Amino acid sequence: MKGSDVIIEGVSKSFGDFKALKDVSLKINKGEFFSLLGPSGCGKTTLLRIIAGFETPDTGLVTFDGVDVLPLPPNMRHANTVFQNYALFPHLSIFENVAFPLRIKKVPNREIKTKVMDYLKLVELENHAHKKPSQLSGGQKQRVAIARALINEPSVLLLDEPLSALDAKLRQHMLIELDKIHDKIGITFIYVTHDQQEALSVSDRLAVMCQGDVLQVGTPHEIYESPATDFVARFIGETNLFDGTVVSVEPVEHPKAAPNETMVTLDIPELGRIKVTTVDTVAPGMKVSFTIRPEKIAISTEKPSLKRNDINLFEGIVDEPIYSGFQTKFYVRLSENAVLKVMKQHSNYSDEGPDIVWKDSVYISWSADDGYIVEVKQS
Amino acid sequence: MYAGPIALWFTLFFVAPLIIIVAYSFMKKGLYGGVEYEFSLAAYHALANPNFVTITIRTLLTSIVATILTILIALPCGYFMAKSKNQTILLLLVIIPFWTNFLIRVYAWIAILGNNGFLNDLLNRLGLVKDYIQFLYNQEAVILVLVYMYLPYAILPLFSTIDKFDFSLLEAARDLGATKFQSMIKVLLPNIRSGLFTAVLFTFIPIFGAYAVPLLIGGKDSYMLGNVIADQLTKTRNWPLASAISMVITVVTTAGVMIMMALQKREAQRQKESELSGSITTMEEIDSASEIPAGTGSVTGGAQ
Repeated sequence: MKGSDVIIEGVSKSFGDFKALKDVSLKINKGEFFSLLGPSGCGKTTLLRIIAGFETPDTGLVTFDGVDVLPLPPNMRHANTVFQNYALFPHLSIFENVAFPLRIKKVPNREIKTKVMDYLKLVELENHAHKKPSQLSGGQKQRVAIARALINEPSVLLLDEPLSALDAKLRQHMLIELDKIHDKIGITFIYVTHDQQEALSVSDRLAVMCQGDVLQVGTPHEIYESPATDFVARFIGETNLFDGTVVSVEPVEHPKAAPNETMVTLDIPELGRIKVTTVDTVAPGMKVSFTIRPEKIAISTEKPSLKRNDINLFEGIVDEPIYSGFQTKFYVRLSENAVLKVMKQHSNYSDEGPDIVWKDSVYISWSADDGYIVEVKQS
Repeated sequence: MYAGPIALWFTLFFVAPLIIIVAYSFMKKGLYGGVEYEFSLAAYHALANPNFVTITIRTLLTSIVATILTILIALPCGYFMAKSKNQTILLLLVIIPFWTNFLIRVYAWIAILGNNGFLNDLLNRLGLVKDYIQFLYNQEAVILVLVYMYLPYAILPLFSTIDKFDFSLLEAARDLGATKFQSMIKVLLPNIRSGLFTAVLFTFIPIFGAYAVPLLIGGKDSYMLGNVIADQLTKTRNWPLASAISMVITVVTTAGVMIMMALQKREAQRQKESELSGSITTMEEIDSASEIPAGTGSVTGGAQ
């Protein structure tokens, strides 16, 4: 048996007056690398602890492969956890830490030895078996925790912000390691993080959570490219977000257009009229939120020639350029109270035109396809 | 430089009395108490008396049983105190008995357990007992009161180490397949070793030298070494013998401490073999632990 599908149905949990989870339902597939992403206090860790068996939900159901696991204590569930603070046993050597689950199961000594060494090899720590946890670095400890959680061959591995205590470079490295391990073992990974970069780069799918609710579930691409709410849009990556009113809706006549895709003209107080395509059903007069990612906006000192009629073009002044090596972020002021973030990659020799600097007059433009209506507001 | 005052203190109040006791135990008994300054092994010969041997063994057994019971009660107490949100109040409750004099607390138990005491009165009124039950003046009563008296000494060090314990380790153990009980035995206990060590010493050593409790609560068959010392000092007026018996107490408790230290040292060595950093903490533990029993031993050796 490799991996379980994990189904969470209508799970709620309160701590006193605080509602940690509000009727959360999720379906996590067998062998999936699934992330729970959200700011601290959004309920993601509580949900993980419910799956692990450390908390009991007030209502709802959690099943592994269709089997209700809620009546089972943590030691009876085929799920193991990698804890945020590693939770290695300080009195035991690395070898004994990893061997702990096998010793509990009274596995014969010889078998323990080969199996522990196998798993230490998996996390590349076979040379540290005799050391104590206090002698290892953060990254090494994390790898021990992973080996220890895997040695029982669980069908679900739960990871509670496993990389948050590591520095940025090591985190990148461990993330790749984790992904490799996931590919090798193929069990279900449920990964809790507040770091959208982590979640986007390794997950097959992820759920964005906020204040006990799941706002959106989807692939990293879906979440990034078509956020369901303005919270998701703002939380995942950087974005420009505006409120506006639908002025008109026309069908899109384009061979590549999605079914029921429409070209919407919005009136945004700060910007004026803009065009955006959407598959949502909207009608003139509706209040909506509109978002455009900074990297989707083109910036130039010369007026671009508009060959298409779906380009939104604005003129502005560079308020502030923020240079960060491989890219520059510009705050472009279009009017008194409209500032857009624009990202420009420093790509290669084909880059044309002079450098854009502070106080330059610039043209910014984006395609109607690249903007999104993220939320239709009830009013 | 700063070691000066403490060295003076130790010499005056610990080393000097110890030397006097050692010296007295090798002298001849004075006619009306005291000693005659003449070398003699008479006191140690007297120790071979089967009567003393019985009492020594009884004292040892009583101390071991009382210590085990104390630790078994103190462990869950310390655990729940460490987990509780009302730590200050609970700590206060543990310490409050110290506000009352030791003897008063022993007499309180007489008032509770006596033939006309509170407990018998209650049982009588409930119609469970016709006359009374003899609770006092036996071995069980002595152990009960000893456990009561020294429980705080075990709870406090256990609480302070459990308080520093990382409880997420227990969750990790449960997650990895351990039952609640297994997680306690395999993860909690090894990680609070130093607290256990201190708690055992803090209870075993004073109980081994107990005097007032077996005197007031016990019967003839619960006499302990402390009582014999007192008898030899005040009734028989055989000071060398009293000194020799107190030497027995010192030797037994020191031996106990040495054994526990050796166990810890072996652990430390094993860690050192594995490499450096881990063993440093254990060495510190040994140092601090070795000072505590020495101090306690000197206080309890003769007093209570």
